[in-house]
Amino acid sequence: MTTTSPARRQKRDKLLTRRAARWLDARLGGAKYARTALGKVFPDHWSFLLGELALYAFVVLLATGVYLTFFFHPGNQIVTYHGSYAPLHGVQMSEAYRSAVELSFDVRAGLVMRQIHHWAALLFVASIVVHLMRIFFTGAFRRPREVNWMIGVLLLILAIFNGFAGYSLLDDQLSGTGLRIAYSITLSIPLAGTWLASLLFGGEFPGPDIIDRLYVIHILLLPAVIALLIGIHLFLVVRHKHTQFGGMGRTEENVVGEAVWPSFAFKSLGLMMLVAAVLAALGGLAQINPIWLYGPFDPAEVSSASQPDWYMGWLDGSLRLFPPLEIRAFGFEVPAPFFPGALLAGITFGLLFAWPSLEALFTGDRRVHHLLDRPRDRPVRTSLGVATLSFYTVLTLAASNDVIATTFGLSVNAVLLTFRALVIVLPPIAALVTYRLCNELQARDIAGGYVPPDRPRVRWELLRFWRWRAMRRASRAPSTAG
Amino acid sequence: MIRPRLLRLVMLVPLVAAGLYLVTGTSTARGAEHGDTGRGRELYLTGCSSCHGIHGKGVEANGEQRGPSLEHAGPAITNYMLTTGRMPLANSEDRPVRKDPAYDTEQIRDLIAYVSTLGEGPAIPDVDITTGDLAAGGELYRANCQPCHSASGAGGALSYGRAAPQLSKATPTQIGSAIRTGPGQMPVFGPDTLSSHEVDSIARYVKYLEHPDDRGGVSLGRLGPIPEGFLIWVLGVGLLIVICTWIGGRTRNRREVEPQP
Repeated sequence: MTTTSPARRQKRDKLLTRRAARWLDARLGGAKYARTALGKVFPDHWSFLLGELALYAFVVLLATGVYLTFFFHPGNQIVTYHGSYAPLHGVQMSEAYRSAVELSFDVRAGLVMRQIHHWAALLFVASIVVHLMRIFFTGAFRRPREVNWMIGVLLLILAIFNGFAGYSLLDDQLSGTGLRIAYSITLSIPLAGTWLASLLFGGEFPGPDIIDRLYVIHILLLPAVIALLIGIHLFLVVRHKHTQFGGMGRTEENVVGEAVWPSFAFKSLGLMMLVAAVLAALGGLAQINPIWLYGPFDPAEVSSASQPDWYMGWLDGSLRLFPPLEIRAFGFEVPAPFFPGALLAGITFGLLFAWPSLEALFTGDRRVHHLLDRPRDRPVRTSLGVATLSFYTVLTLAASNDVIATTFGLSVNAVLLTFRALVIVLPPIAALVTYRLCNELQARDIAGGYVPPDRPRVRWELLRFWRWRAMRRASRAPSTAG
Repeated sequence: MIRPRLLRLVMLVPLVAAGLYLVTGTSTARGAEHGDTGRGRELYLTGCSSCHGIHGKGVEANGEQRGPSLEHAGPAITNYMLTTGRMPLANSEDRPVRKDPAYDTEQIRDLIAYVSTLGEGPAIPDVDITTGDLAAGGELYRANCQPCHSASGAGGALSYGRAAPQLSKATPTQIGSAIRTGPGQMPVFGPDTLSSHEVDSIARYVKYLEHPDDRGGVSLGRLGPIPEGFLIWVLGVGLLIVICTWIGGRTRNRREVEPQP
């Protein structure tokens, strides 16, 4: 028999986990918060899991990325390769490229980790985009969630930028070509371009510092900022409570679903395992970025069919489609890459940031919303979204115009002209078709006895910006009279 | 009346004669260094002269050139064009692309012999990939060839429907001939630009690219990030959305309500 008293023995719980939790709570507190967190109700809809795909892709990125940092050496001092990949024997290359090839051929599990990391990066951005589409089309960005929308857009930008920084690190032919384009786009910014490019690259291309700087940005700065923003993003989801679709006793005043503990937490964990499984399968079975075939970067060399990773495709595509148009404004040369490169990116992300305010302005709807819209119930927003998606899809496809031409035996010039026409013609057609489709679906709902919720009128007259002053005066007139 | 067996025997006679002729014919040709210019001329007149002219000076019709002059073509380009099946063209307006050769080795040798009589031109290079240096070939390939043929040898687009071909089917001699003569849009790399050892090295690297050290799984056509992006959207995002609908759609039995603050 043990010497513990009966009273003490009675207090001891048989469950080790519970004992550990009590021990922790007695010293740190926090059971109160944990209870509310675990008791949170999460509404059930498959589309609410899309953001989690991005979260778990990020987890995989962190895990594989840490492994890669053990073996990768950034640096641009020139070394001679003596590793096990024979076709590069005795070839002069940068330290960064050498260690990336060594990582792929001579480090245990190095290549599979690199491939999982790269696939995870592609998935990370892709699932952010899909998640953003869900938020956009269901109106989940409306008050009170505008700030969280902006954090999400910021995360998208940082994810794209960090992906670019990542594949530029390896200093192979393809990544160097991408950096050269990024350098040129930076240069094209009027007035500040040359200064910015020198600041970023540490001098004339290929700057002496760029690989070292990208390394710090890629493995430390941006992951830390992304992790912090993801934390805030999730905290705000908890703070605002999750949105839900209407119906089945769901109102603006409640959340219907399942509690985090035990059901939702396990589903989420299961999803994490499956994301990791899909990525591991891709990393193990499908080759990605075979840098040993591309060779070390030399500014004098370039390969045909040089494409960026998919999430940079829209920028590459717009550079390919935009005509060689240079203007002089206020005594400054504005080179052609400025419009499809810097300006388009600025407009894209500017519009994304501003969308919640823009929609509130045009609909006059500034109320708090916890119930989601069905996309068909907001035909204008939905058709604008589809038009925008078609625009960027065409741009992304245009980035592969040369490969499309050779694959289908077409003239690259004809493909280019077709894409130029499509990028202008397709978005309005997509908008009209979507608008029509939304109205048809709504009509079917009404015929089926379902009354769609009221939707605010879109104040199209606001587009006539030259009348804003007169409109403001008119709206002020009754109040001054009263 | 002739008996059927006899008829069959009679029919065998020309076959045997043809066979004997073939055997003796090829054996004499193998012995000779060059093909027969007379037979080459016959083949030339039937297969080539409509575009290149009866005397190999090219043909111009309605101000447009149907075929270039072959006066300084020489054996290398003739060998390249005929062994890759790019020539003869069915239609003078077609672009020459790789197909099965229309002539056998013997006939090609005869045609080369005939074309060589029209004027001087680069000789068929003697390419030996076993003496080539793989790594040096890779560096030369990346400096000189990949801008059009792509880093992996998959080929690439040129302007107005022209294209640099995929290199995987090219033989070392064809690679060397193309380097030395610059068929189509390709520039000529003469002995002053690339030594014959360098040509050997490039050919060795090009042959290596046919079956490169392809670790990491399925190679996805070696077309770079396009197939990779396609795969992540179709298989990555597509499959995971299916998984999401599977995980997210099975909660009908338990519901809890949390009031908004």
